[in-house]
Amino acid sequence: MSSNTYSLSGRKKTVSDKKLTWSERIYLVAIFKGMMVTLKHMFKKKVTISYPEQTRPFSDVYRGRHMLMRDEEGRERCTACGLCALSCPAEAITMKAAERTADELHLYREEKYAEIYEINMLRCIFCGLCEEACPKQAIYLTKSKQIAKADVSRENFIFGKDKLVMPLEMAIENTKQQNQA
Amino acid sequence: MDKTIIIDKAVIIIVVFAVTMLMAMYATLAERKIAAWIQDRLGPNRAGKGGLLQPLADGLKLFAKEEYEPNTPNKFLFKFGPFLSMTLALMTSAVIPWGDKFHLFGRDIILQAADLNVGVLYILAVLSVGVYGIMIGAWASNNKYSLMSGIRAASQMISYEIAMGLSLIALLLMTQTLSLREIALQQSGMNWNIFYQPIGFLIFIICSFAETNRAPFDLAECEQELIGGFHTEYSSMKMGFYLFAEYANLFISATIMSVLYFGAYNYPGMSWVIENWGINIGNVLGIIALFVKICFFIFVFMWVRWTLPRFRYDQLMNLGWKTLIPLALLNLVVTAVVILLLK
Repeated sequence: MSSNTYSLSGRKKTVSDKKLTWSERIYLVAIFKGMMVTLKHMFKKKVTISYPEQTRPFSDVYRGRHMLMRDEEGRERCTACGLCALSCPAEAITMKAAERTADELHLYREEKYAEIYEINMLRCIFCGLCEEACPKQAIYLTKSKQIAKADVSRENFIFGKDKLVMPLEMAIENTKQQNQA
Repeated sequence: MDKTIIIDKAVIIIVVFAVTMLMAMYATLAERKIAAWIQDRLGPNRAGKGGLLQPLADGLKLFAKEEYEPNTPNKFLFKFGPFLSMTLALMTSAVIPWGDKFHLFGRDIILQAADLNVGVLYILAVLSVGVYGIMIGAWASNNKYSLMSGIRAASQMISYEIAMGLSLIALLLMTQTLSLREIALQQSGMNWNIFYQPIGFLIFIICSFAETNRAPFDLAECEQELIGGFHTEYSSMKMGFYLFAEYANLFISATIMSVLYFGAYNYPGMSWVIENWGINIGNVLGIIALFVKICFFIFVFMWVRWTLPRFRYDQLMNLGWKTLIPLALLNLVVTAVVILLLK
């Protein structure tokens, strides 16, 4: 069977160039049919979403902005092992490790922590491989609908720890909820 | 007595002017809304409730635009074009009978600015001068796209005027009068001209599309090839005048069609209402009936615009000269013969 004779989609139509009859040539019937089509569309459900008031539902596997997690005592989980940076296909993550001193026990869970932790939001492709690579469950891609804001300077797209680490209030709230449960 | 007539007419003229402006204003909103609905969208709905203030916002925007003028030797004509378009669009409404008559303050008031005995001729005359607004503006723009648009507009309007006039002659053979008031009176009850002149009406409505420069005959202002055509070089309120004149024309065309073919202010049972409820209530209902018809025709204009694609230039000329004019002539001859036989 040649490709001319069958149709994969089942919607194939053969084009004919037969001469139009008189009633077809005055087009009035065709125009009337066309106008009925548009009239039908007037009463159809509109596809527009009025954006600020309505939003589209996000997918269940949506991956939003990163967050560096804290544990139940509010200490940063990250130990600056660098596996996230290694796994990152876009090479968006950089970090610098530092050693925890005696008076920082309440701040960092591990002996080694990330002094600098930066994600370049212009490079990040939100694949979530950092989340998978992390052995300490320190980095997560949240469901947050906040996106990196438009800006004119590239520096502002490099998010440091000030923007990435989970806010303390949130950690306190989380711990409270865990204790109640 | 003379003074009261002047006051009556002045009030009617001002009201008609205001209503025409209002209708033209909201026709722009209706156009955008209908376009949106036909395309499964919502349309403008942010300015005011459901977008009701959108025309005001549009007007404000046009006022705020820079008043740009191209380097043209015809500075006067450049300004004269939009002025002429607007004036002629508003002039037609003078002879339209908006209602039969009111009985107020102990006298009869006829709802018509001027009852010319050659009203139909007046309308045709004003409509044919209408092409000058576009032509002069296009010519004075000193721009090749505008010039081509002007040529198209002129040839299109002249071609379609012939068929329009011929279809009207067939109607006039029946009515035996050129006065729009008498034509309206003859159609009392359901005795509308559309039932006697269906082909004439078809020709007339097609020609109206062409005369008002609207899709599918909007060759003069096609955005794709001529970048807006005659208003390519216009900005600010001069542009606004052109756009506004188009919608005023649309309103007037719809009115003429309702008056000539769809019984003007007549509605079934009008004489009964006047007898039982009084002449004033009967005529208020008549005005409402007329505006319902007008709104319907404005809707048809927009419906057609968002359904049919634009004609090519040669197709337009073919349709005008080879189809509509012979058809109009045939309609004229058949009408004449039938009238002669029935006598």
